Amino acid sequence: MTLYTRRRATNLVILTLSLFATGLGLLFLFLILGALLYHGLPALSFGTFTHATPAPGNQGGLSNAIYGSVVMTAVATLVGTPVGILTGTYLAEYGRGSWLAPVVRFVNDILLSAPSIVIGVFVYTLVVVPMGHFSAWAGSIALAILVVPVVVRTSEDMLNLVPSGLREAAFALGTPGWKVVVMITYRAALQGMMTGVMLAVARIAGETAPLLFTALNNQFSSANMNGPMANLPVVIFQFAMSPYADWQRLAWGGALLITFAILFLNIGARFLANWSGGSTSR
Amino acid sequence: MVETAAFSHASQRSGRHRLEDAIFRNATRGFAIFVLLLLAAIMISLLVGALPAIRAFGFAFLWDQSWNPVKDLFGGAPAIYGTLVTSLIAMLIAVPVALGVAMFLTELCPPPLRRPIGILIELLAAIPSIIYGIWGLFILAPFLQETVQPFLGATLGAVPLLGVLFSGPPLGLGMLTAGLILAAMVLPFIAAVTRDVFMTVPAILRESAYGVGCTTAEVVRDIVLPYTRVGVVGGVMLGLGRALGETMAVTFVIGNAHRVSASLLAPGTTISATLANEFSEAVGPLYIPSLILLGFILFIITFAVLAAAKLMLLRLDRQAAK
Repeated sequence: MTLYTRRRATNLVILTLSLFATGLGLLFLFLILGALLYHGLPALSFGTFTHATPAPGNQGGLSNAIYGSVVMTAVATLVGTPVGILTGTYLAEYGRGSWLAPVVRFVNDILLSAPSIVIGVFVYTLVVVPMGHFSAWAGSIALAILVVPVVVRTSEDMLNLVPSGLREAAFALGTPGWKVVVMITYRAALQGMMTGVMLAVARIAGETAPLLFTALNNQFSSANMNGPMANLPVVIFQFAMSPYADWQRLAWGGALLITFAILFLNIGARFLANWSGGSTSR
Repeated sequence: MVETAAFSHASQRSGRHRLEDAIFRNATRGFAIFVLLLLAAIMISLLVGALPAIRAFGFAFLWDQSWNPVKDLFGGAPAIYGTLVTSLIAMLIAVPVALGVAMFLTELCPPPLRRPIGILIELLAAIPSIIYGIWGLFILAPFLQETVQPFLGATLGAVPLLGVLFSGPPLGLGMLTAGLILAAMVLPFIAAVTRDVFMTVPAILRESAYGVGCTTAEVVRDIVLPYTRVGVVGGVMLGLGRALGETMAVTFVIGNAHRVSASLLAPGTTISATLANEFSEAVGPLYIPSLILLGFILFIITFAVLAAAKLMLLRLDRQAAK
């Protein structure tokens, strides 16, 4: 074999392997989505949204879990977003040249990938133990801690994309600094920052680990933020690990709901980012 | 920072504006410091919560294999071992595949397909870990149990030395299954970072190599990879950090057995799976502190890995900025 043909052959083998690797990744996605549709769709009905989680062997739905997930996600987003946006503002607008900004950026990136179960343990020792019982508040706080780093990261990136000419023009008109940030920079970066919030919601909507020992679970419908509250991820976990066929069916139904909600949020966030002309890769 | 006062004429108004400005600036700075304190608070609270266990077991916790809630004797070795082994399996599978995906997306893929395929791979990263868990439990584990594991036992299991890894009954649940699920989970993270890093290679380098007649494989091996080495390692470490801390996907399929076994087909446990399974039901003076100590160890390990990853990626950024 000549050198030339050998190089051609190596190239072909490697390119085929790389094509194969991409195919494998996409195959995983379709296998998972396919299994979710196959097992989840038959489990969903109108009753899934109107009835609370059943005892084994009984008819029931997921209404209390859906309610709990929506409420806790909403509270966590409402708490975490302002913290994230203001921190992102500091990093993008005021942090230049200070020692604090790079350190915060570094710590934030660590928090972004920190194991979520450790956040659960943290909130357990900080909130659940002093209160003496599991509660939806504790669950929301744990989720809020996960929201913050995502929002910090995207709002800093988005604020950095705003052209400085815009800021300088506002300053030249005598606008006070905070008004420039709130009324000019925020407005210019609004869509990008919304994208960040949507990605954060998508991230926490499926989080299970931090809720296991903060919000726990609740067999019944409850709107009491001070007590344990059912939520989709923990219900899916509990029902899927159970030996009862009808519980497992509901777990698949819940899994389908949560996955498509999250994929919907993700794709929506991407459209929003494109539409505003910003770029996000994550 | 542009000084606002320089532009303002009415001194009274300028005074008020300066005050408001200072309030706003310090508020944003306060929240930035809050994020910093958050990390410190997590570490301190875990350490304080784990103190009783540290006092009782000391460093022996790291290599002690006992896990006996009745006698209040705990050792972290099985969980730490399981965490490291499952993550290692995951990285062995995910890294080559992720490099292949990144190579495909940057060198091979027709440009109109680049974005859609990239987005599909990123969506894989958006699927919550509990979904991977339920899929692993009901689809992957039975498949492994019925086809792959008997095959592995019959072929590799008979090889001396290596055979120990694949001995034992095919249970479907165990460290190999957990490693496979983890590989699928971290693959999109590593692939996305590696692709972004590959993009930083200046076009002129790539084109020069093609110009002197390099094949695509040679361009990637001799130009792209050496140029982006630090960034690729950073991306891999980022994936490793995720794999080490991953909870739900592993909890479903690991089998929850507190023992160190050489066979990859045997059930085991990881730090995160132990916490997920036992935390809310733990009673006894040392049970909860031991679990928190495991959490603290996990946090320290992932912190070290993620910090190293971050520093490497920062180095590449600086190189790219030059």
